[in-house]
Amino acid sequence: MFCILALFFLSLIYIYMPKITYNTHDNKTYTIEVQNGLTVMEGAVQNDIPGIDADCGGGMACATCHVYVKEDWFNKLPKKEDGEEDMLDMAFEPKPNSRLSCQIIVSNDLDGLEVNIPSKQT
Amino acid sequence: MNKTDALIIGAGPTGLFTAHQLKLIGLNCEIVDNLNKIGGQCIELYPDKPIYDIPAVPECTGEELTNNLLNQLKPFDIKFHLNERVEQVKKENDNWLVKTSGGNSFQTPNVIIAGGVGSFEPRKFSPKECEKFENKSLFYSVKNKSVFKGKTVSIFGGGDSALDWAIELSKDSNVNLIHRRDEFRGVQATVDKMYELKKAGKINLFTKYQIKNVHGDKKLESIDIIHENSEIQSLKTDYVLGFFGLIMQLGPIANWGLNLNKKTIEVDTEKFESNQKGIYVVGDICNYPGKLKLILSGFHEGALAARACFKLARPNEKYRFEFTTTSTNLLKRLGKKE
Repeated sequence: MFCILALFFLSLIYIYMPKITYNTHDNKTYTIEVQNGLTVMEGAVQNDIPGIDADCGGGMACATCHVYVKEDWFNKLPKKEDGEEDMLDMAFEPKPNSRLSCQIIVSNDLDGLEVNIPSKQT
Repeated sequence: MNKTDALIIGAGPTGLFTAHQLKLIGLNCEIVDNLNKIGGQCIELYPDKPIYDIPAVPECTGEELTNNLLNQLKPFDIKFHLNERVEQVKKENDNWLVKTSGGNSFQTPNVIIAGGVGSFEPRKFSPKECEKFENKSLFYSVKNKSVFKGKTVSIFGGGDSALDWAIELSKDSNVNLIHRRDEFRGVQATVDKMYELKKAGKINLFTKYQIKNVHGDKKLESIDIIHENSEIQSLKTDYVLGFFGLIMQLGPIANWGLNLNKKTIEVDTEKFESNQKGIYVVGDICNYPGKLKLILSGFHEGALAARACFKLARPNEKYRFEFTTTSTNLLKRLGKKE
């Protein structure tokens, strides 16, 4: 019985996927379950959410996966690595809450994260 | 009109190695690239960043990889057409007629697109009004610096281009330098020099500001810049320069009748041919099930596309597979045997 219960809870943990909400510029909202370990950019691209181009494929080399992170989430995210701020200089209309979505790795801690997609990437 | 066995669009690593493969099997080729230098994304986006996944090369930078590929091309005579964008690709009997922005035209049975994610174009200002002044009083590169003499120039950006031009133009112009944050990503010595000039009153520095709008009827008169805290300042200015790096745009490729999937082109995995006979697509810009955007994949794709070119370029000959270790033919082409 214990084993079955344990398995049940384990599987719950295993299938549990954090939900990420993407708001597009034209006021459409997509809430998607994204597997732990994927990036917020990959979550969008794999689910065909419009507005995130990710030209370089996640290499922090192009600034076309730029998003605005909802204010209350911004400080909860792991800090930017060197280079991300430099790339953000090139992004379309960057703001203080701008991030490159390829640099945000999804984990259970990010369940409920909400990002706004800019009107364009270039 | 240039006649060639194959025309390669894109001088990045994939384009360069594809040229090697074409020359090795005895075909001519020429290469066109929109950038003014060879190396594609490797040279434009990460010349100094190390790459660790090139087979048999434990570590090299984008620039080193480009130089090594060029060294590998030394035995061959290959014509590069830099600073030219391919504008048109049109079918003409059994050939493709290709025209570039530099006025060159090519007649070839084979076109190999090795275009990365398209051509690099400068990133532009977001306010729509900016377009009105583009190439008149608002520029994304400097062609003739003498026009700025004695004028007020507002420069936007935080990298080396913005800093270098701010320093250079501060000699004879009134310079405003505007950047979205406090840190600059230029070389430290350049950043120091800029701060020195700022102290001396030669450069007016505005940080945490971005462009809000431009004003002027026929001539640019002033710009509004907006601070992070929403405060707006108006600056009188004669010229505006923006240095936000380059962005990759698919550009005219979208109009050549190819099957597109987002910003990539669909190909088969035998010849890496598109839906148009004689147009092959290799490297980051091609798409097929399982496609990896790795440089090593581009090399493989180029090698196969080159063999496919042989058939159209030499319809009456049979291609024979050979190794560089043993083939006299290949060794001759490589200049290793008389």
